Amino acid sequence: MLARTFLGRLALGWLLAVCLLPAAALADDFAERVAALNAGSFAEKQAAADAVAASGHPSAVAVLKALLDGKLHAAPDGRVLIVGADGAVDAASGEPVDAVAGSSRIVINNRMRAGLRGLIAQLSLGHPDAEVRLQAVRDMLPAMDAAAAAQFREALATERDDTVRDLLESGLALVDLDADDPAVRLAAVQRLDGRLNPTVRARLQAVADSDADPQVKAAAAAALKRIEGKLQRYRFVETLFFGLSLGSVLVLAAIGLAITFGVMGVINMAHGELIMLGAYTTYVVQQLMPQHLGWSLAVAVPAAFLVSALVGIAIERGIIRFLYGRPLETLLATFGVSLLLQQAVRSIFSPLNRTVATPEWMAGSLAINPALSITYNRLYILIFSLLVFAALLVVLKRTSLGLKVRAVAQNRAMARALGVRSARVDALTFGLGSGIAGVAGVALSQLTNVGPNLGQSYIVDSFMVVVFGGVGNLWGTLVAGLSLGVVNKFLEPYAGAVLAKILVLVFIILFIQKRPRGLFPQKGRAAEA
Amino acid sequence: MKSNRWSKVFRGRLAAVAVAAAIAAPAQAQDVIKVGILHSLSGTMAISETTLKDTMLMLIEEQNKKGGVLGKKLEPVVVDPASNWPLFAEKARELIQKDKVSAIFGCWTSVSRKSVLPVVEELKVPLFYPVQYEGEESSRYVFYTGAAPNQQAIPAVDYLMNDLGVQRWVLAGTDYVYPRTTNKILEAYLKSKGVKSEDIMINYTPFGHSDWQSIVAEIKKFGSAGKPTAVVSTINGDANVPFYKELANQGVTADKIPVVAFSVGEEELSGIDTKPLVGHLAAWNYFQSVDTPANKAFIERWHAFTKNPKRVTNDPMEAHVIGFNMWIKAIEKAGTAEPEKVIDAIVGVKVPNLTGGEAEMLPNHHITKPVLIGEVQEDGQFAVVWKTDGLVPGDAWSDYLPGSKDIEADWVTLKCGNYNTKTKKCAGQNY
Repeated sequence: MLARTFLGRLALGWLLAVCLLPAAALADDFAERVAALNAGSFAEKQAAADAVAASGHPSAVAVLKALLDGKLHAAPDGRVLIVGADGAVDAASGEPVDAVAGSSRIVINNRMRAGLRGLIAQLSLGHPDAEVRLQAVRDMLPAMDAAAAAQFREALATERDDTVRDLLESGLALVDLDADDPAVRLAAVQRLDGRLNPTVRARLQAVADSDADPQVKAAAAAALKRIEGKLQRYRFVETLFFGLSLGSVLVLAAIGLAITFGVMGVINMAHGELIMLGAYTTYVVQQLMPQHLGWSLAVAVPAAFLVSALVGIAIERGIIRFLYGRPLETLLATFGVSLLLQQAVRSIFSPLNRTVATPEWMAGSLAINPALSITYNRLYILIFSLLVFAALLVVLKRTSLGLKVRAVAQNRAMARALGVRSARVDALTFGLGSGIAGVAGVALSQLTNVGPNLGQSYIVDSFMVVVFGGVGNLWGTLVAGLSLGVVNKFLEPYAGAVLAKILVLVFIILFIQKRPRGLFPQKGRAAEA
Repeated sequence: MKSNRWSKVFRGRLAAVAVAAAIAAPAQAQDVIKVGILHSLSGTMAISETTLKDTMLMLIEEQNKKGGVLGKKLEPVVVDPASNWPLFAEKARELIQKDKVSAIFGCWTSVSRKSVLPVVEELKVPLFYPVQYEGEESSRYVFYTGAAPNQQAIPAVDYLMNDLGVQRWVLAGTDYVYPRTTNKILEAYLKSKGVKSEDIMINYTPFGHSDWQSIVAEIKKFGSAGKPTAVVSTINGDANVPFYKELANQGVTADKIPVVAFSVGEEELSGIDTKPLVGHLAAWNYFQSVDTPANKAFIERWHAFTKNPKRVTNDPMEAHVIGFNMWIKAIEKAGTAEPEKVIDAIVGVKVPNLTGGEAEMLPNHHITKPVLIGEVQEDGQFAVVWKTDGLVPGDAWSDYLPGSKDIEADWVTLKCGNYNTKTKKCAGQNY
């Protein structure tokens, strides 16, 4: 028994050793290649990266990706580590290791980034995820050559995804554009007709400009014209989206003001600073929960609403209620408050801008086709502003607070005679408008700088939108904000950013001359007061 | 009415202080040299300028520890022009006439310098200006220790053209004098290198612009013509963050369309999320990451002085270090702190810079500097990817603009800031 087990173990051990030997040698070789990545010059690093890619090792892509993302560190003892959010692993063996003190990131430059992207693309043509394969093919298109064409043909034989197939075929057609036979070139041009990929367009342009064969030249020019026509349409859609997105930011910034200024008639110059407080609340929330960045915005929205609403109520109770019916003094007093808030933020958080991180799900863009992609952050903010608008509408039209707010706004004396505590309603209304400003601040923290001057850049736009839309009308604010955004974005390509802004302002001034009550003037007796 | 009463009270106090100062003055006058520090400590420019005030205070404190200069202690006089351009002129006048400073270190924006210029020329006290600027100026009373366009913009473009093979150019800037002039110079330079007009796109945006969607889309479209494209950015401070964010979101990465910025340094990066910027470029004459003994020692002193190991250093700080050391050397050379004598003595003075070279004050009141190109890293620092072989002398009047090609600045032999070599005339300063 004993002897048999021993013999058996021996046999097993021998078998294992035979199997593992080449694997071990491969692993050693791979470790050497990975270690070479920590070279002195960028050229040496690029050569080492090429060697890693050529090794055929299963974790080669992971190592190159880590290098590209700046996660590859070199330890003082010569080991190379992949450092992630949850600990480090040895790049060569893939085993978890303790973080090594004194390890430093392997620095790469732009040329290497482009090179690495190409290498990763080549290695991921067989990746199980179609999205990754698509990106790989897209990355390889600008540098198509015979070798890449062979890889493409191989990939095409097994590719099932239509989008990837389509792009692979574009790539093969691109190579055919260099063929000596004009018939092949002509066929390639016809295959490329209607494709929106920028590389395809650039190559067709080159063919249309300088091909030796007139027939090919004409075909390329015709194909190019059709592509341009398609692009034109997508560009229109894109500009429309840009406009709606700019408009949604304007609506968000202005909608709180539509309540305090529109409904209550208070000229609140500190409105911008209430937005700023919302943005700073986002910053504080992120500082408090650094591990859950993805959720931080969800927490920040109610927190910012509360902070700004409380500050708003304090302003109303402390200052504005003494100044009702005296707009000029309200204007000056709230302007003073705005300066106070700015300086307070400067003293507490320093005059420097604060870093508000963008959660992963807000970054990047949704690619609808090669010519049209919509950035996620803008898309979410557009949806968010519509939600805020809808919520506010519900509060004003469907709740008892909303009823009282409207009653006090229309006829204060009558509302009080009927038992509405107008002072309390004033405070709550102002709080509501201020809170909405805070919520806008959360959204703006994702688009622009969070600093003491954040509010100043939105106060003028906010007033503009409210006045243009018609004071006291929420729908007016929505329509005004969105239409100003769209007009601005359609003017921008022709007039430039500076002139477009001026033109919009001039237009509003002229419009207000003609219709002083804005787009949707409020009807009824209250409006005459 | 109220304000009137207040100002009376205030003036009364001021008078009392002035009397006290006058009594104390004779005792101090011999052993003190006053240095004016004219940087905004409030308002929009406070972000950048506060650091420079701290730098000056540190340099003065260190000099005093070494025993001052010529046996006299240095005394800093700090005023706050509050990012208000006309106030810069008033405060400069106050520094010179009331506080009797021997030199002023200050200003950031070109418009603040232009506002102070007539004052220092009238009252004849030197101003050390530490920020990169558009050139086209040279005054006997201003020392430009920041970069002229040929020490930042032109070498950066050379790098993009020769090392990255860029053929299409987007010149994007904020709408004011520095970007406009720099872009005019760059456009002329690119055209002289054979770049066609259709390969140059120029775009200006207002201060603090935050909606970059359509401009980035346009840059993307411009860059998809099949030729390597780069953006040369003179976009000012705050507007950069949404710009880079939009670039990243629309998928314009540094290896496709690199952006080289002239106004984005370590200080600006410390307030933003640097992830979207990684790989984009900046051109400066100094980076905190430069590994020299002098720089290491300077960073250590800076951290010790500010009691904050995370405070970054940047290019304009180095310019103040160089300017201050030159001024001290010139005082020693002249044997007095009297402005006119120091101004005559300072030309030709050489002091070591922090990146391992030697800065020399030239007759046109600009200095020699190395030019470095750095790539933004995740930690908000720059990795140097290219540098000029030697030092580049600052050129006040650009060689690429038709109006300034023939103009020379030389305060030693010609004694003129804008001598026309064709007409052989000195036009004199015009503001």
